[in-house]
Amino acid sequence: MASVEFQNVSKTFGSVTAVPDISFSIADGEFVCLLGPSGCGKTTSLRMIAGLETPSAGKVLIDGRDVTYLHPKDRQISMVFQDYALYPHMNLADNIAYPLKVRGEAEDKRHARAKEVADVLKIGDLMKRLPSQISGGQQQRTSLARALVYPSRVYLFDEPLSNLDAKLRLEARGFLNHLQRDMGMTAVYVTHDQAEAMALATRIAVMDKGRIVQFAPPIEIYRRPATTFVANFVGNPPMNLVPVEAMVDGGQLRLRADGLTLPGLPVSDAIAKAAGKGRMTLGVRPEHLRMAEAGHANTIAGKLFANENMGPESLVTMERADAGRVTARIFTDDEIRAGDHVTFAFDTRHVTLFDDSGARIPAIGE
Amino acid sequence: MQISRSIHMRRAVFSVAASLLGVVFALPLVWFIFAPFNARAELGLAIPEPFTLSNFVTVFQNSFAMHALLNSLIQAFGGVILVGGAATLAAYALSRSPIPSKGAVTYVLLLFSSVVSGSAAMVPIFLIVSAIGLIDTHLAVILVFAGGLLPTAMFILRDFIDAIPRSYEESAMVAGASPIQAFFDVALPVIRPGIVVVVVWAFVNIWGSFLIPFILLRKDSLMPASVAIYSFYSEAGTPIVTLLAAYSLIYSLPVIVLYLFVNWKFGFRFFGGIKS
Amino acid sequence: MKKFSLLSTRAGAVFLAPAAALVGVFVIIPFFWVIVVSFTNRTLLGSTALDPDFVGLQNYFTLFNPTTFFTRGQFGFSLILTIQFVLFSALIGQALLGLILAWLSQSVSPTLKNFLQTAVIAAWILPEVVIGFAWFAFLDYDNGTLNMIMRGLGLPPGDWLLQQPFWVIVVFNTWRGAAFSMMLFNSAFQSIPPSYFQAADVAGASSWQKLRDIALPLIRGHVVTDLILITMWTFNVFTPFLLTSGGPSYRTELLSIYTYRVAFKDFEFGKGAAVGVVIMLINLAFALVYLQIAKKKKVEAE
Repeated sequence: MASVEFQNVSKTFGSVTAVPDISFSIADGEFVCLLGPSGCGKTTSLRMIAGLETPSAGKVLIDGRDVTYLHPKDRQISMVFQDYALYPHMNLADNIAYPLKVRGEAEDKRHARAKEVADVLKIGDLMKRLPSQISGGQQQRTSLARALVYPSRVYLFDEPLSNLDAKLRLEARGFLNHLQRDMGMTAVYVTHDQAEAMALATRIAVMDKGRIVQFAPPIEIYRRPATTFVANFVGNPPMNLVPVEAMVDGGQLRLRADGLTLPGLPVSDAIAKAAGKGRMTLGVRPEHLRMAEAGHANTIAGKLFANENMGPESLVTMERADAGRVTARIFTDDEIRAGDHVTFAFDTRHVTLFDDSGARIPAIGE
Repeated sequence: MQISRSIHMRRAVFSVAASLLGVVFALPLVWFIFAPFNARAELGLAIPEPFTLSNFVTVFQNSFAMHALLNSLIQAFGGVILVGGAATLAAYALSRSPIPSKGAVTYVLLLFSSVVSGSAAMVPIFLIVSAIGLIDTHLAVILVFAGGLLPTAMFILRDFIDAIPRSYEESAMVAGASPIQAFFDVALPVIRPGIVVVVVWAFVNIWGSFLIPFILLRKDSLMPASVAIYSFYSEAGTPIVTLLAAYSLIYSLPVIVLYLFVNWKFGFRFFGGIKS
Repeated sequence: MKKFSLLSTRAGAVFLAPAAALVGVFVIIPFFWVIVVSFTNRTLLGSTALDPDFVGLQNYFTLFNPTTFFTRGQFGFSLILTIQFVLFSALIGQALLGLILAWLSQSVSPTLKNFLQTAVIAAWILPEVVIGFAWFAFLDYDNGTLNMIMRGLGLPPGDWLLQQPFWVIVVFNTWRGAAFSMMLFNSAFQSIPPSYFQAADVAGASSWQKLRDIALPLIRGHVVTDLILITMWTFNVFTPFLLTSGGPSYRTELLSIYTYRVAFKDFEFGKGAAVGVVIMLINLAFALVYLQIAKKKKVEAE
């Protein structure tokens, strides 16, 4: 396995700048997800690692070696494409064995190896079939088999599960997780699905408009999102973000918003600086909200907007007076009727503060 | 009830009209269905009594006629190989290679190919072929046809190749294939149906063509069947109808077979915009 | 700095080379050479074969000479004849007939439709020499099928090729090429959702009304494309030569046939080239219009 490094890489297509300037380092054995909305430059970056796009500036290194202008075939990498790229005129055996054919291996040897990999992926008895004769899930696994059939230094994935239905996607995800633990592969995985990223990655690079906003392990991204963008992207449903007026009064931080009842919060230098601007954003995740009981100190209230009973939990959304909405994940069977006044309670330890530019303010003691 | 009656009326009228038109269209060819099998065929329409294949036997024994068929075959095959090969390579380059001002080249090429028709370019084609010293050769006919058919063939194939996902070749290259390997292993097999269409279209065009060989060839021994048939019936005196009818049918067979083949494999729509 | 692409620019140039060479020599160069030759008095034989003189626009003056312009056998006559030929055979003939055939095909039984379309298409795909010969037999005065039918109906037979040569080639070419228009309109009609027509049926529309109010407006683009294409092709067609050789007395000498006679019977290459240039200019006009429309359609579709 190998490390991957981007040094000040940029990429423009004509007048469109997909990636203005990006630098990062991936260590040997890391499974990194490039996560972001469409157009954020994640696929472009992946293709630059593969060599399918050449950077407009900057350097790409694999295992410390400059491969910026090296042809993909010489990079010793594997890639799983979003549309699987299975060759329609070849049966599965030939499809999977193709990389070995290119390396000059004899037919019986490469078909044997292909069968080996196919068996692990539970498609071993489909070897004689054509890609058009198998299901979507099986096609996906064939594509994966082709990537695994030969030794590679880095494994690249371009949204490989996006064409699968929800159940197959979960199965495939579990398998990839298992594979990663088993092989210790260096992988770069592009997705717009935050659940996939959270489940598979050792580190996630959240990207927006061609830049990396935060590059950290999943739990860090979840607990300490660097910006409101990241907070809103990760988590399902995403973190509730409430714009608040802020000021420091009597050594305490006072936040005001419609429906918000909050005693003073402790102040640090960073908090004070941010509060000086007058506006902040208060973030609290739906899973950290409870239905309020009498006497709870920290609450946010509004009118019931939606109540989606998902089975084990309900997603209760209420609308505040200034039209902002807050969603909570409530594990309760309580009947909540339309038009009801709803109050959520939360613990201040689970509150995240962002300054007026959207950057997270470090909690006290970090 | 009233609606369905008027629909029936209309259908009846249309059916009559369609039948009439069908018969009118078939009329000039009806003679052609019977004459080749009639040992005493004349230009008139007659039911052969008996149906016989003797005309065909006579044709097979006529070395000039058979040789002319061979010439048609040589010219058509040569042309088709050249068109198929050159068009596939060129179309692949147009689709996959970052050639500057590809769009403009395409536009200009299309323009030239429709402007420089056989009728307009008779003189310069003759002069150029003479200058190269190829007048009165199979090669001249093959090359001229290739040049004329290539632009259209290239566009058909380029559109076809554009529709093939680039991820095919990309994945092959990531797996270790060079661009040439990727072209032969992965791209070419997928392009094959398009090549078949182009080859069939080119063959039909060259096989049936009259003007180019008429202008470029002098020797009887090089004349394709199209020119041979023309000289048979246009020369002074009465043509030997029995021979000609059978010969024409043999000559038409490849075209009919290929048409049925394409129709069976691809359905009608393909030929809609291609024949010219 | 090597930028990645599926086929490098250098390899792309190599791939393009064979086609470029062939098209260059046999399409591009003739375009320019015909213009050059039209300014000379080149012939096949004699002193002007090896050493032609530059004569400027003289060939064009000869062609457009007002005194001989309308004389049968001269360029002007041929040009006007060809224009009339295109008007009747392509615009009125093939397009209209193709439209009718396609419209009929929509509303008759599949068997009948197959019979009709097979007959029409047979006329189009059979080699032109065979078609020429079949019509030669069809029109024969003594035994031809047409006269057989005329006599059978009690009508006088005709020596068609001698008496009505122009109309013979008009009908001949209409018959020969209607298939293309028919197939084009066929696919255009089939792309109209059936519910449009069903709604009209319920409202009590007649077939003519459906054609006029629903179908034609929707396929207007296809109609224009079809007209331009078949006009171009008909303008350049040489096939009638196989039936009439341009005669009798030049009455069916289309521009293509006139060019052939001037260049290969009279051996006046310079003059023949001039005619070729005129044909190309007219083709150019048609082609530009067609490409403009095609570009506009592509932009609209995007």
